[in-house]
Amino acid sequence: MLNERFSSLRAAGRRALVCYVTAGHPDRARSLELIRGLEDAGADVLEIGVPFSDPVADGPVIQSSSQTALEQGMTLDGALELIAEAKLRIPVVLFSYLNPIIAAGPDVLVRAKRAGVSGVLVTDLPVGADPEREAWFGAGPLDFVRLVAPTTPRDRMELIAKHGRGFVYLISRLGVTGMQAELAKSLPASIETLRSVCSLPICVGFGISTPEQAKTVGALADGIVVGSAIVQAAGRSVNEAVVLTRSLRAALDEVK
Amino acid sequence: MSTVSAAAEISDRFGAFGGQYVPETLIPALDALTEAYADAMRDPAFTKSLHDALTHYAGRPSPLSDAPRWSEKIGAPIWLKREDLNHTGAHKINNALAQGLLAQRMGKKRIIAETGAGQHGVATATVCARLGLECVVYMGEEDMRRQTLNVFRMRMMGATVVAVTSGTRTLKDATSEAIRDWVGTCEESYYIIGSVVGPAPYPRMVRDFQAIIGTEARAQMLERAGALPRTVVACVGGGSNAIGIFHAFVGDKNVELVGVEAAGHGLDTPQHAASLSKGRPGVLHGAMSYLLQDEHGQIHPAHSISAGLDYPGVGPEHSHLRDSGRATYVSITDDQALRAFHMLARLEGVIPALETAHAIAWIDANAGRWKSDEPVLLCVSGRGDKDVAQVAETRILTE
Repeated sequence: MLNERFSSLRAAGRRALVCYVTAGHPDRARSLELIRGLEDAGADVLEIGVPFSDPVADGPVIQSSSQTALEQGMTLDGALELIAEAKLRIPVVLFSYLNPIIAAGPDVLVRAKRAGVSGVLVTDLPVGADPEREAWFGAGPLDFVRLVAPTTPRDRMELIAKHGRGFVYLISRLGVTGMQAELAKSLPASIETLRSVCSLPICVGFGISTPEQAKTVGALADGIVVGSAIVQAAGRSVNEAVVLTRSLRAALDEVK
Repeated sequence: MSTVSAAAEISDRFGAFGGQYVPETLIPALDALTEAYADAMRDPAFTKSLHDALTHYAGRPSPLSDAPRWSEKIGAPIWLKREDLNHTGAHKINNALAQGLLAQRMGKKRIIAETGAGQHGVATATVCARLGLECVVYMGEEDMRRQTLNVFRMRMMGATVVAVTSGTRTLKDATSEAIRDWVGTCEESYYIIGSVVGPAPYPRMVRDFQAIIGTEARAQMLERAGALPRTVVACVGGGSNAIGIFHAFVGDKNVELVGVEAAGHGLDTPQHAASLSKGRPGVLHGAMSYLLQDEHGQIHPAHSISAGLDYPGVGPEHSHLRDSGRATYVSITDDQALRAFHMLARLEGVIPALETAHAIAWIDANAGRWKSDEPVLLCVSGRGDKDVAQVAETRILTE
């Protein structure tokens, strides 16, 4: 389903808007309202984060949303129920740390597929770290989306491109998730290098929060990922997150 | 640089444990570290400067003391490997010095560290002062309250101590925060992990830097006691002093290895830190190892009176030694540890760290277990000065 989505975007000359939310944040009811609202506001792909107690790749906004969700009893299977209930028309990527996935048992990817999930992205399972488990992800029913960092050398990019499915998530800068006033200067070069070894669509995330940034990155990549800015807005109100998403969509659609 | 991280290869696992479960951003930094470490250890100039620093600055070799009054009580000769007598008062300096020299060799100017009880933070601050490196130590807010003295010591030596207010505000969260810092600064910063935890190459590298404890102790036992110990005992939080003293004895099949975890309020309560006794394998802070976690894979907060053992995970090599049966892991409650703290002070004039007190308590609880010609070797991982104020608040002082 990710492939179809990206092909149709490409055919229409449009950039993908990938939106991240933490499952169960600010609470279950509003989380459901939020993901439906983001779809209506023009998101192309939704990344649904499984909250984890020790999110080492996340900055304060997503840490805090994870803690809020966990305190209200959100779990990986709880997130799958939420996704199933939302009945979305756009593809969903499950975004998780490895430990909750291991704990959820060997048929978790099948359960996720049944709930309507198309892809899975694991923050702390880099290419080559655990070939046996990576093979399990690769053989499962979901597209296994891999990450590329600004520190990743070209030969590793090739390997990641070879093992990745759906799209490649390019981290725009060093550091954990969170909003930034400025984009990393190295980003255009990173995109160019990755493009030279990778035929998958490239979506750039980390630090993108404003329509201006969306437009700038949209001109270079196949799509953008917005997380912390949406999560922070959703903490204030679902409507605020929806309004932000609409403005990001409008900015991306100005890119030709 | 290798395509697939060299450190992620099977040889950098301990059986099914260890690995490199980190954000992609850190892989090149870990690759560079793996290479720099291997390169340094092949360089006689590096090993000599490390040896000199350990000898003339840290005060190695640490003594092996007999413990006549306590031995009489136990019914077997007990020997104390005195890591408490090292500069800064614990085994932590062995690793901090070595990694500090490695960081300097790699041209890094900024050092990050996490600390629980503050001993690793103090050791790192000490090394940074000596080597002229910037030092940032992450410490849980709760641990800063429990270990005020060590916070002062770190600041005196010029370190910045950052209070970590997320999660349980202890070592687990301090480690997460240090990793977050490193993800953002890996090009200029060196992360000195304080225990045999974290992604490869850390567990093996820290083990190698702490193995001097066992290497010395084994030779000292042969010289002083005329025999190898029947049993080697050490406390286990992350497990660096334990791995350090165990490593030289792993090949001595008749030497029993016993690691003592913190049972906190008791293993039948949720308040303990006994990952090996009560946890199950999972991934935290870059490695697969035994962990305290709930059925959903969320990390369960640990509890121990001793800040240095208050961690829900354990070094991956310990998980392997447990599953292979080469080492045995037991546990001791807060109250048992407190009693042992006083016992050793009164019988031997050694005030141990509360962490070490767990290992002492296990030996004490097993009086009569050994024959009179079966020596027991204890790693006194640190001294208890840092714990005196906390212990004074407990009722056991009045006994």
